[in-house]
Amino acid sequence: MNLRRDVFQAIADPTRRAILLLVASQSMTAGAIAANFDTARPTVSKHLQILTECELLKQEQIGREVHYHLNAANMKVVADFLEPFRQLWDNRFNKLEQIMKSYKPKN
Amino acid sequence: MEKKTKINAEDGKQEIVITREFDLPVALLFTAYVEPEIVEQWMGTKVLKLENKRHGSYQFQTTDPKGNKHNFNGTVHEFEPDHKITRTFEMENTTFPVQLEYLTFAPLTMHTSQLTMHIVYKSVADRDNMLKLPFAQGLNMAHNRLQEIVSKLNKR
Repeated sequence: MNLRRDVFQAIADPTRRAILLLVASQSMTAGAIAANFDTARPTVSKHLQILTECELLKQEQIGREVHYHLNAANMKVVADFLEPFRQLWDNRFNKLEQIMKSYKPKN
Repeated sequence: MEKKTKINAEDGKQEIVITREFDLPVALLFTAYVEPEIVEQWMGTKVLKLENKRHGSYQFQTTDPKGNKHNFNGTVHEFEPDHKITRTFEMENTTFPVQLEYLTFAPLTMHTSQLTMHIVYKSVADRDNMLKLPFAQGLNMAHNRLQEIVSKLNKR
């Protein structure tokens, strides 16, 4: 089972990350998602298929429409969303540590 | 390798906890939050005002690569040297509501210390939007780079 690798590959693509960001706040139909991109509709469908296959997105049939929403149970996604935020603070704190190691009091 | 900076963001809560251990005595760690020129270096911001006292306030200003200025400010509620700072944080001219920050500084050994940053947001959605911000910015940067490359190709 190489689900983990698939998830990693899925989020490595900028369009797929953008799709995840879109549906993070609300579930959307394939058409509504595709409307946000200049990419051809079949290309967006392919991205949706990949995201669904590696369980980052869930499909839900509502009447005649299929809605896509984020698979919240997949904690790895949450971790990946958080990673840039964590890195931002990690970089700041690394700098702080480095600066203070050579700190000389003013007095 | 274990990550030095940890973020604890539980699902459905309007708060997060950031923890970090430093190879610094607690007094030095605290100094990094107090001296304006030091804050400027590690936060990557200009410090317009920094009053380290109860009822004091602070104002930071950053300039993005495009030259746009972004202002941040807050009010200090508690200030106990080498121990804690409680303050608000606001990003001016944005839709993000004010957030409340509880900073706790603790010695681990003579030469090491730990910072705990407990941030409370107005709502769960506000917290999630704030957490997604660096992710979204990274995405925009990647997008802009792509557009630059494409426009260069088109000029040929």
